[in-house]
Amino acid sequence: MFKRDRWQEILEVLTTNWFRTILTAFGVFWGILILIILLSAGKGLENGIKADFGDIATNTMFMWTRSTTKAHMGLPIGRSFRFKVDDVKSISENIPNLRFISPRNRLGGFGNDNNVVRGLNTGAYNIYGDYPEIINQDPMTITEGRFLNQNDIKEKRKIAVIGAGVRNELYDKDEEVMGSYIKIQGVNFMVVGTYKKKSNDGDGEEAQKEIFVPFTSFSQAFNMGNNVGWMAITAHDGTSISSLKEDIINLMKTRHKIHPEDTRAVGYFDLYEQYNRVESLFGAMSFIAYFVGILVLLSGIIGVSNIMLIVVKERTKEIGIRRALGENPWSIKKQILMESVFLTIVSGMAGIIIGALFIYGVNALLDANGPVDMFLNPSVSLAVVSIALLILVLSGLMAGFIPAQSAIKVKPIDALRTE
Amino acid sequence: MIEIKDLHKSYKMGSNALHVLKGINFTVEEGELVAIMGSSGSGKSTLLNILGMLDVADSGEYTLDGVPIKNLNETKAANYRNKFLGFIFQSFNLINYKSALENVALPLYYQRVPRKERQERAMKYLDQVGLKEWATHLPSELSGGQNQRVAIARAMASEPKVLLADEPTGALDSTTSYEVMDLIQKINDQGNTILVVTHEDDIAHMCKRIVYLKDGIIVEDKKVKQVRASTHV
Repeated sequence: MFKRDRWQEILEVLTTNWFRTILTAFGVFWGILILIILLSAGKGLENGIKADFGDIATNTMFMWTRSTTKAHMGLPIGRSFRFKVDDVKSISENIPNLRFISPRNRLGGFGNDNNVVRGLNTGAYNIYGDYPEIINQDPMTITEGRFLNQNDIKEKRKIAVIGAGVRNELYDKDEEVMGSYIKIQGVNFMVVGTYKKKSNDGDGEEAQKEIFVPFTSFSQAFNMGNNVGWMAITAHDGTSISSLKEDIINLMKTRHKIHPEDTRAVGYFDLYEQYNRVESLFGAMSFIAYFVGILVLLSGIIGVSNIMLIVVKERTKEIGIRRALGENPWSIKKQILMESVFLTIVSGMAGIIIGALFIYGVNALLDANGPVDMFLNPSVSLAVVSIALLILVLSGLMAGFIPAQSAIKVKPIDALRTE
Repeated sequence: MIEIKDLHKSYKMGSNALHVLKGINFTVEEGELVAIMGSSGSGKSTLLNILGMLDVADSGEYTLDGVPIKNLNETKAANYRNKFLGFIFQSFNLINYKSALENVALPLYYQRVPRKERQERAMKYLDQVGLKEWATHLPSELSGGQNQRVAIARAMASEPKVLLADEPTGALDSTTSYEVMDLIQKINDQGNTILVVTHEDDIAHMCKRIVYLKDGIIVEDKKVKQVRASTHV
């Protein structure tokens, strides 16, 4: 297959008419270039939007309480209720395949008054009462000290982990943070750690202005009793939270004597479903990219096939001579197929290279001009390039097949007679 | 070497069939130089094509060097052509983008002779036809006579059992024709079997035997005293 003579011949044939060869090659080149650019643009959009999800565990739902909209078991309509600490235990006992169930409480929030004081500095922050697992569901980087641990929960330690934004506002630049105290709604908490969250969009700044304290200390310090504000529930990787959602909510309805058909009493947000929706959007987008790209490529391939037919026609006599000299038909077929595959691959590779350079250029532009909303790092993976190459080889074979067939269909005697 | 019994061939021309060969019986011994003569339409080219396995007969037997030639598929025919036969055409039929040497080496390539040996052998045959210095030239850079000599070298390169020449001098002036015939005679002197199709009397008389074809049958088959082409040059 890799005989020198064969390759020499392929080159001889393809270089006899440079202009025609290049025009033909351009069709394939253009097709693969469009395919690569479409796919990378889709990837860029996908990267940009997925970055907005951040590192949050996406197989997660959030659940909170609202007031009932149906009377049930003698209890009135419009009744409000609260999740209790026992509910958490009950969920973990009754629903399988859950990875984390984090009960959460919060102080502060949008438009809130200043609630944290340190010396002369004050600020309004979100204060969360949390279990240590929350760091897996809402990832953050501990920049100094440590995060909450089980002993903090057990011993109800009054400690706090503060965000970089909090540190900037309450402390001087070089001040020691570890071991210092901040006063949250009149209760002193010792700072044992600072964190930083990946910020990638508008809420980036807000995300750095949070304070995490142990759930148990929070409940005691701020009079929450057994109440749970809301829960963040993450399922194991193999199971989607969307499939467990019903069971969890039904369990809560039973425990809190809510009418089974009351759909509004338990509020929830299914992050996984949202994420999936985005995922399927990108699935559709890459499908369109492939569809359009391959159609453009197809027209290039038809061009190759066309030219190969003309080449075969032009060489009818030569093929007749070769066969008279004893070249077997298969060898001729192979020759035509290889010419076609070679032409397709070379022009396709050129398309891939130019496409890669184009992506490189766009990335350099993006880097130079700062981030653009919802567009990040357009790229094609090696897998996509391999697929493109595979498509090229297949299409080269396809393009050569009919011409090769027509080359050996003519009898050598008829081929010799043509002038 | 060649044995033909009751060979028939007809072509379909629209609704009526054209019976070209109407029962040819014909034997060629090893080392013969046979001219096949006849006016156009006499079937001489058809006969040569069948002998050359470029065409198949409708009926009849054909044995080449003891091998019965029948039920040929394309691959088998290509293989036999390559091993048994060398072709010389009126219009040379060289491949125009290949040099003289490459053209001569082509049949050897199909025999899967290694590149180096192929070129050496091709060069030997080019030398034999006196074109060693022209080895790297393209057919378009050579004269008609030179081209035909390259074609003869190519036909010889695979060391075939029989050389088939279809009007080898048809496209040449008489001086070059005699040069080419001289070459063919010399090759024949080395013991090669050669069949020449021609309609020129003087060319035919440079062979050792003349077979006259008329309307698809052999009308005369005679041994002649060979006229050496070298006396004309």
